[in-house]
Amino acid sequence: MLIYIFKRVLYAIPIALSVTVVSFILVYLAPGDPLNAIAPADAPAEVIQALKSAYGLDRPVPVQYGMWLLRAVQGDLGTSIASGRAVAGEVMSAVGNTLLLAGFAAFAGVLAGCILGALAGYHRGTWMDRAATVVSVIGVSIPHYWLGLVLTIVFSIWLGWFPAMGAGPDGSGAWLWDLAHLRYLVLPALTLSVIPMGIITRTVRALVADMLEQEFVVALRAKGLSGRAVFRHIAKNTAPTVLAVAGLQIGYLMGGSILVETVFAWPGTGYLLNTAIFQRDIPLLQGTLLVLCMFFVVLNLVVDILQPLIDPRMGRG
Amino acid sequence: MKPISKHLAKWLAVLPLAFSLNGSLHAETVARYGISMADIPLTTGQPDRGAGAYQFTGHTLYDPLIAWEANISDRPGKLVPGLATNWKVDPKDNKKWLFTLRKGVKFHDGSEFNADAVIWNLDKVLADKSPQFDAKQSAQVRPRIPSIASYRKVNDYAVEITTKEVDALFPYQLPWFLISSPAQWEKMGKDWSQVAMHPSGTGPFKLDKLVPRERADLVKNNDYWDKKRLAKTDRIVLVPIPDAMTRVNALLNGQVDLIETPPPDVVPQLKSAGFKLVQNVTPHVWPYHFSTLPGSPWTDIRVRKAANLAIDRDAVVKLMNGLATPAVGQMDVTSPWFGKPAFKIRYDLAAARALMAQAGYTKEHPLVAKVIIAQGGTGQMLSLPMNEFIQQSLAEINIQVSFEVVELENLYLHWRSGAAADMNAGKGITAINLGYVTADPFYGITRFVDSRYVAPNGVNWGGYNNPKVDALVDKIRTTFNTRTQDGLLSKVHEIMVDDALMLWVVHDVNPHALSPKVKEFVQAQHWFQDLTTLRM
Repeated sequence: MLIYIFKRVLYAIPIALSVTVVSFILVYLAPGDPLNAIAPADAPAEVIQALKSAYGLDRPVPVQYGMWLLRAVQGDLGTSIASGRAVAGEVMSAVGNTLLLAGFAAFAGVLAGCILGALAGYHRGTWMDRAATVVSVIGVSIPHYWLGLVLTIVFSIWLGWFPAMGAGPDGSGAWLWDLAHLRYLVLPALTLSVIPMGIITRTVRALVADMLEQEFVVALRAKGLSGRAVFRHIAKNTAPTVLAVAGLQIGYLMGGSILVETVFAWPGTGYLLNTAIFQRDIPLLQGTLLVLCMFFVVLNLVVDILQPLIDPRMGRG
Repeated sequence: MKPISKHLAKWLAVLPLAFSLNGSLHAETVARYGISMADIPLTTGQPDRGAGAYQFTGHTLYDPLIAWEANISDRPGKLVPGLATNWKVDPKDNKKWLFTLRKGVKFHDGSEFNADAVIWNLDKVLADKSPQFDAKQSAQVRPRIPSIASYRKVNDYAVEITTKEVDALFPYQLPWFLISSPAQWEKMGKDWSQVAMHPSGTGPFKLDKLVPRERADLVKNNDYWDKKRLAKTDRIVLVPIPDAMTRVNALLNGQVDLIETPPPDVVPQLKSAGFKLVQNVTPHVWPYHFSTLPGSPWTDIRVRKAANLAIDRDAVVKLMNGLATPAVGQMDVTSPWFGKPAFKIRYDLAAARALMAQAGYTKEHPLVAKVIIAQGGTGQMLSLPMNEFIQQSLAEINIQVSFEVVELENLYLHWRSGAAADMNAGKGITAINLGYVTADPFYGITRFVDSRYVAPNGVNWGGYNNPKVDALVDKIRTTFNTRTQDGLLSKVHEIMVDDALMLWVVHDVNPHALSPKVKEFVQAQHWFQDLTTLRM
């Protein structure tokens, strides 16, 4: 098992390195000038040149990449061109907020998805199955920007139950566990949770339906095991796949929530990415992409390590 | 005689009322302002994010030497004394300007404003070897004060600034240059990032709290030197909400009390829900800037005039749900620099078609042109729908327009490079659609027509070259009488319109939506808005 973990960690290193190259190069391929974020549109050439020099943007791209990587491994992601603040601080603060949002959304989505999927799988062909299928299709296909706006109109503007935007009443941060702060989390988390909910419902339904037809389940039933005991076996056999899918979903939520965070002005990584893209803030964009990609790499690594712990057959493979 | 208990009971009965009155007298008034930016603009002295940002962290926390009158709404503002009580040009050497500074003004940190502070601030943005030089602030303001060649302290309350050339428009540059406290910079360890969190200016508000990307709390400066501009609200909370629909939702939900630039399609909903819409003449025009270089289809004045006659501007205003006014020139008709152009811009399809026919264009042989436009962004209004409207309108008079659609940041590159640059001429681009701020004579007029400002030396994008205009611009630069100067500027504007240098469509109106809690907000005819007028 230790060798397996060691191998997985070794595999992650070239992936991480490739990620740094891609996240650095991609932003250079996009059109536009990062200095427009800080210089007025009609800034003369000498001002632009002075800024390029100040931010090291006049050096060859490979040199810029080398210096950036060297600083990045030491935890320094440079300075945001638009705000002048340290990128690492900006990204970590956003990562915290998105983790909170993604955590809540993933928890709600995975829980609802598992319940709906199991019900649909157990009761194939019934109204429960059809209802769960409809809900899951809506979950994966509904435009989340639109859903966020609808939820805001209903629960925020009409009913006034939840705030329409922001992460807290006074900008004091999202990680405060009082009702005043938790109210800000509800609508964006609910909007975001429909994605994992839809995908996991479909996955679990298919797995459970398949499992129920497996010979070992028929045998377990024939031996007279209770429904609860049979369910435990089914759950254990479906868990690795569900875990892998859930892990990916959490990863997607970390970076894929740009629209939801924008609708709710939630100061997370999606919001930060959106801002960085529009302002051509290259250091901020590169730093945010790097952290998100690394999060993905680590998450995959954790899932890969957890899977054989749950199902030892995978470790042997 | 009444027993003492009865007297006491009467007073006790009044006590709750007295307390409540006392409470309301001292209750802090707060205005929460949903702004369209993604972050709070720079707080160190020179705000980034364009002209609109000066209302947030510019003229709130700081003051310029010469200010712009931004607290009146029924006429265009004018230059007024700021930290300089007086300014005059040296009659012997018209490049030298003497500024008499205001006495008794203190920065928020308690230090004194004087000539040393002005020199220190000029060094801050112009002298890159000075210890306080800040590249970021410099980048914001250097393009806006291009005339300054040198400066010196005359005495503790007088400063002399010398311009590179004689430039009578120089005072218009100074509302952009804001004065921050040297003492605070020292106190913050000579670190501008620390100053950003604890800024100190002389302005009508102090910064109480800054949460990057989330909010900035400005509190009233009770000791402000200009008692006529004491803030009417104790605290203004700036909340960045870049998404227009989110801003509207926050207003409808009561999370903020006013927002800027509501999207046009929600205007009826806001009005029916009791929200007030405020708008005013704004120095901003939405045009097509033509290339007049050889090879451009727009070199024929008949074509340029025909294009201007082919647009139903009232319909464009309707498309914007009223959040625009028709443009009949570069400047609004109320501007002192509008003049009396002979070419009357109006909607006249017959006249437009006749001009196109004279120019040799027919349905079978249309004029073909490519225009570069932005997909959206600050100042571009409803870029795509409006451009499609223009495209259809021009098709009516046999002008087939195709678009090169780019992001705004990219469009700026094309703009700065000029029509002759390979990225434009090489791609067949012969016009650019970009919202222009027209706040002062240089920004609104001279930079677009002066042949010395042909790109890449400036933003005379189309390469317009008219010796008569150049001569007038020279005269403007050397005319120090404001009335005569305004007259000369009007003449230049008349020529711009008569030459149909651009296809002018509409002016922005800088709309704001206010909740009923907002009692007063004076919207100036400018991008500089005075938040001291906001009353809750």
